[in-house]
Amino acid sequence: MTLKDTLEETYAALSANKVRSGLTVLGIVIGISSVIALVSIGQGAQSSVSASIQSIGSNLLIVMPGSQRGPGFQASAGRGSAKTLTQGDADAIASTVSSVQSVASEITGRYQVTAAGTNTNTTVDGVSSSYPQVRNVQVDEGSFISDEQNQSLAKVAVLGPTTVSDLFATGTEAVGQTIRIKGMEFKVIGTTVSKGGSGFSNQDDIIYIPVQTAARFLSGDSHLSTIDIQATDANSMTQVQTDATTLLSTRHNIASGASADFSILNQADILATASSVTQTFTILLGAVAGISLLVGGIGIMNMMLTTVTERTREIGLRKAIGAKKSDINRQFLIEAVTLTLIGGTIGVALGSGISLLVSALGVVQTSLSFSSIALAFGVSAAIGIAFGYYPAQRAATLNPIDALRYE
Amino acid sequence: MIEIKDITKTYGSGDTAFQALKGVSFTIDDGEFVAIMGPSGSGKSTTMHILGCLDTPTSGTYLLDGKDVSTMDDEELADIRKDKIGFVFQSFNLLPRTTVLRNVMLPLIYAGVGEEERERRATESLLAAGLSETHFMHKSNELSGGQIQRVAIARALVNDPSLVLADEPTGNLDTKTGEIVLGTFQKLNQEHGRTIVLITHEPDIAQHAKRIITVRDGLVVSDINHNQRIAPHHDA
Repeated sequence: MTLKDTLEETYAALSANKVRSGLTVLGIVIGISSVIALVSIGQGAQSSVSASIQSIGSNLLIVMPGSQRGPGFQASAGRGSAKTLTQGDADAIASTVSSVQSVASEITGRYQVTAAGTNTNTTVDGVSSSYPQVRNVQVDEGSFISDEQNQSLAKVAVLGPTTVSDLFATGTEAVGQTIRIKGMEFKVIGTTVSKGGSGFSNQDDIIYIPVQTAARFLSGDSHLSTIDIQATDANSMTQVQTDATTLLSTRHNIASGASADFSILNQADILATASSVTQTFTILLGAVAGISLLVGGIGIMNMMLTTVTERTREIGLRKAIGAKKSDINRQFLIEAVTLTLIGGTIGVALGSGISLLVSALGVVQTSLSFSSIALAFGVSAAIGIAFGYYPAQRAATLNPIDALRYE
Repeated sequence: MIEIKDITKTYGSGDTAFQALKGVSFTIDDGEFVAIMGPSGSGKSTTMHILGCLDTPTSGTYLLDGKDVSTMDDEELADIRKDKIGFVFQSFNLLPRTTVLRNVMLPLIYAGVGEEERERRATESLLAAGLSETHFMHKSNELSGGQIQRVAIARALVNDPSLVLADEPTGNLDTKTGEIVLGTFQKLNQEHGRTIVLITHEPDIAQHAKRIITVRDGLVVSDINHNQRIAPHHDA
């Protein structure tokens, strides 16, 4: 029996009961499409989390006051509440630790900000001039804070896009305006490009001012809330972290083994933790979808078993006129595989569609990978064979006499 | 040429064993038209299954065209059915929702005959079985009972078998249509020299054959040729 003949027989058999074939295919469609859609959403979430961690800077180490804490959910004494870091620490790191590209110091606080009748409560970040490079901030209009402005304790501010829209009416030119922070007048000299919100914090709802100005007029002391260190490349990050830890321990007179009064967070560690979380999430989604695929497969088996029972006499007839076991076996197997492949094709299309729709609606930027499509397709073919095998075997081993007598 | 010798068939084993055939022997030459007759339970169906290579005997030999088929396995029997035997059943003879032509071509599809060749041979068989070409593309469920049986006959002939085996072919037909179908068998036998074995429990139907083998309780009780059959013969 040639392939063409087999396919003709398959078409005739499947189109004989279109509703049932359709419903069986639907089971596979739902299974395959949910695998593709959910895995692409999971992978999309994974890459968007990675991207937002990358957006805080590259090859970044963040030194924070307070005791050592790892990435993840731990009780924290509050970032910036401990006062242990100084500008001297930042300068020492910049001058003595090797493989350091740049160091930025920050003094962060939340203050009430007003401008021409509007007001908002936002993060005011006192930063040094190297901050844009270290933390990957881009200036949209105007300019960023300079070293001179830092030294002269200039009351100038650079606004994040969210703060701009909070404080000024749409269309208003922010640069050149005056805002009040904690009652003091600051001149807006620039705005930054949006970085997007990431989870709990909105990186765009922020005001940058010179770090010295912040120390003098806002916090009232010279303790830093963060020192950002940018390593020259990804490979030197561990070395920079070790060297900076040693340096700061010495400067802070901390004996080796004692609990440090600062902590250094490595961007690579954050990324690794976040990836492992989102990966678990993706696996979970995939597993749920996989179950629906399995149910779809059982649907195929159920239909094929019903078909074998219904077509017992037909099988007997085919055998009587010379069909061999292998002919019958192949015919039923191909029917099952055809059903799953049709379901697989529609499922891939539907799943990709859902994934693109989710992207288009802006919920999550999904990432549709060829490998997940190929996998889903392979799985659907495998399901056809696995769940079609038993019914086909049952059909093939029917005794022609019993089959012909079957009522 | 069919030679069966001391064929027995036992179903089950031990206490529940049932001997359907208790030693049946006969020979059917090429070109004969034989009716195997007997009431239900006589063993005629079992005889038919063995003749049709759907089943193998428990003991005894069955030579089909000189080949011993009584000890063959399933796969070999399938080959024999494909090449040497054409079946006409009482009911469920054709694939539903399938055209007449494709139904007739089915044995050739399994035999791996090429498309053009099988269409030619199917057409030939259908015409020989008395079907007109207007019906060729009809679906099998659009046909009358008589037409269905003639399509089935055409299908039985299409692989040029050594033996056409008809199991109660008129069982589901009215008398008039039954006559037409039986006429088709007679014509095929007389004009084309086909070997036909008709299985029936009705003496009237059996009369259409040239030779009647009567089976009862698993044994052949009479074997009469047309020439000798002046008066209907009934063995006790």
